[in-house]
Amino acid sequence: MFLKTEYLNTDFLIIGGGTAGCYSALTFCEHSAGSVLIAEKADIKRSGCLAAGVNAINAYIVPGKSPQDYVEYARVDAQEIVREDLLLTMAEGLNRTAKKLEKLGLTILKDEQGKYVTRGNRNIKINGENIKPILAEAVSEQEQITVLNRVNVFEYIVKDNRVLGAYGISVDEPILYVLSAKAVLCATGGASGLYKPNHPGFSRHKMWYPPFNTGAGYAMGIRAGAEMTTFEMRFIALRCKDTIAPTGTLAQGVGAKQINSRGEVYEQRYGITTSQRVHGTVTENLEGRGPCYLRTVGITKEQDQDLQKAYLNMAPSQTLRWLESGLTPSVQNVEIEGTEPYIVGGHTASGYWVDVCRETTIRGLFAAGDVAGGCPQKYVTGAFVEGEIAAKAALKYTQAPTGKRAVLEPTSGLDSAASPVGFLLDRKAIEVKKQWLEDFLNSKEMSPTSDNLEQQMQEVMDEYAGGISQSYRYDELSLKKAAAKIRELERQLVSLPAEDMQELVYILELRERLTLCKSVIAHLKARKETRWHTFAEHLDYPEKSDEWLKFVNSRQDKAGRLHILYRSLNPAPDKDSNKRLGKRPPKGADKEGSRDEY
Amino acid sequence: MSIEILRESCIGCGKCTTVCPGTLIRLTADGKAHIKYPERCWGCTSCIKECPCEAICFYLGGDLNGLGGKLTVRREKQLLHWTVKKTDGKLETITVDGRDSNKY
Repeated sequence: MFLKTEYLNTDFLIIGGGTAGCYSALTFCEHSAGSVLIAEKADIKRSGCLAAGVNAINAYIVPGKSPQDYVEYARVDAQEIVREDLLLTMAEGLNRTAKKLEKLGLTILKDEQGKYVTRGNRNIKINGENIKPILAEAVSEQEQITVLNRVNVFEYIVKDNRVLGAYGISVDEPILYVLSAKAVLCATGGASGLYKPNHPGFSRHKMWYPPFNTGAGYAMGIRAGAEMTTFEMRFIALRCKDTIAPTGTLAQGVGAKQINSRGEVYEQRYGITTSQRVHGTVTENLEGRGPCYLRTVGITKEQDQDLQKAYLNMAPSQTLRWLESGLTPSVQNVEIEGTEPYIVGGHTASGYWVDVCRETTIRGLFAAGDVAGGCPQKYVTGAFVEGEIAAKAALKYTQAPTGKRAVLEPTSGLDSAASPVGFLLDRKAIEVKKQWLEDFLNSKEMSPTSDNLEQQMQEVMDEYAGGISQSYRYDELSLKKAAAKIRELERQLVSLPAEDMQELVYILELRERLTLCKSVIAHLKARKETRWHTFAEHLDYPEKSDEWLKFVNSRQDKAGRLHILYRSLNPAPDKDSNKRLGKRPPKGADKEGSRDEY
Repeated sequence: MSIEILRESCIGCGKCTTVCPGTLIRLTADGKAHIKYPERCWGCTSCIKECPCEAICFYLGGDLNGLGGKLTVRREKQLLHWTVKKTDGKLETITVDGRDSNKY
C-alpha cells in the first residue's frame, strides 16, 4: 500500500477536537476572520474524554469564593507543585466559560432566584450528557472552521525551534496529510494505556480516561525538543470498583464517606487531597482492612433514584451494574478501588512547560487542556479557559507584523513547492516521512503485533514503574529495569506490520506511548522524594522533602537523549506574555527568576 | 465491557461509525455495522445513543462481574429512555430529560 500526499494550510491549526480544541476554535473566530483547521482522530461530535458526557462542572468560582481561593485549593491538593500564574489566569475565566456553554445549550441547575445551584465549594450541577454535541454544533456553524475528522496527527513540522505545521494520516484512507499553519495548538488530551489496566482481560479498556487518548501531544512535544514538566505526578483516580465510574458524585453528592470492611470511616487518617484518598484505600487494603466502600446505605429512595439518573449522564455502566443486580446504592455500599496510573494535565501538573499565554518552548506552538502542564484541577471549564487564552495569543502571534514571536520568514534551503502560507516546507523531509509510514504498511513481518508489544509495555510499566500490582510503588533499581525494557520494545516497533490505516494508527499510538513511558520513568527517577502518596511512591525516598519544592522538567535533544532540568516553583513571568494578556506580573515574582537550578 | 450490534436490526445508516471516539465501528460489505475490536471498546455508549433503531446494546463483561443484563437507549427529542433487559427477560426503564440537570 502506498500513500497519497495532501497539503492543507491554515492560519490556526488545532490538533485535537475535544474540550480545549473546540473552545479555542470558537474563540479564534470571535476575534479574527482567519481560518482554523481542527484535526481530530475520531469525530468531534463525541470524541475525547467527554464522549459519554459529564454531570457536573467541577471547576467553578461559587459565590463567596475568589479565583485566588481556587489557586490555593489546587496548590494544597498538589502539595505545592503548581504554577500559580497559570492557575490564576485559568481560575479567572472559569465562570465566563460556563456561562458561554449555557448560552450554547448546556443545562445548568438553577434555584428559584435563577442562580446556579452549587455542589460543594467549586462545583455546579448540570446535565452534560450532550456537552460534546453542543460544542461540535457550535463549531459546525462557523464558516471559518474546517474540521478534518478521522485524521491522526502524529508529528510536528518544526524548523529552528518554530512550528510550521504537522503531519497526519487518515484513519480510513491511504493519505498522508501535510498541514501547514501560522500557529498550532496542541489539545490532544492526556495519556492512558501506559500501564496495565486494573482489568487486563476482555475489559482492558474499561478505564477512567479514554483509551484513545494515547499521549500523542506529549510524545510529539518530547520528540520535537519541547520542555516538558512534572510527568512524575501521575494521576490515579479513586473509582467505583469494576465500572470505574466517578466517586465524587457519591462522596460530594450524597456525602458518602469512605469506609473499610469493618465499617470504620478511614479518610480522616490519611487526608482528603486527591492522592491521599487513593492512598488511604490502598493502605487499608494492604493492612487487611479491605475491601473499601463509599457508605451509601441509608440514603433515601429519592436519592437512590436520582443517583441512577446522574450516572447515566456520564458513566452508564454504573447504573447498569445497579439495575441488573438489583443492589442499588441505598441497598448496598459501593465498593471502590484505584485505577492504573495516567498522565493527565487536567488533574495534575504534567505536560508542556508553557508561559502564561500557553505558548510552549517551541515558538508558535501552544498547548491547552490535559497537555498543558503546571495547572492542575482544570477539568472541563479550565480546559475551555486555556483554549481561549491560547487562541487569543495565537492570533496575536499570527498577526504581529514584526517581532520575535510573530515573524514567519522563509527559511533558506527549503523547497517552496508547498508554501501557501508564507513559509516553506521541506519536500525531501515529507518524502522521508511518507516512506517511513509505507514501510509499516508493506512490512512482510508476521509478528509481533502492536497489540503484543502494547501489552508487554503495560506489564513492564506495571511491574517496574509503580503500577497497580505493586501498589503504585517503585525504586531506583526497578525504574532502571523499566527503562531498559521500554528501550527494547521501542527497538522492536520499527518492523511492525500494518495491514490497513487503522492498524498503522495503532502502531503510531504505541510509539507515542513508548516515547512517553521513557519520560515518565526518567521523571519518577529524578524526583527523589515521595511528595504525593500513590501518585509517585518512591520506596528509596519515602518522605517528602522541602529540597524538592521545585519542578522536574525535561528536554530531549536531537540525538534522542533526555535531559532533566529543574525549575523554581514560581518562575518570573515572561514580561512579553503578560503584556499580551494585558496583565501585570505578580508582585515580587522577578526575584525568583526562571533560571535552571542545576 | 463492550457493545453488541444486532445485525438483524441494523439498517446500515452509519451513524454509529461516526461517533465512536475510538473509530472502532465500520460498515461491512453487506452494509451492516461491525465492531472489529470489541475488547477496545470504552463503554461510553455514544454509538447506542446515536443509533436510530436500537440495534446496539451494551453490557458488562464477565470479568467485570456482569450478570448478562443489556442496556439500550432510545432518544426522543430531549428525552433519553434507558432500558435494561435483565437475564430473566424483565425490563426496567429510566428516562432522563436533557432539559433537567441532575441533583448531584
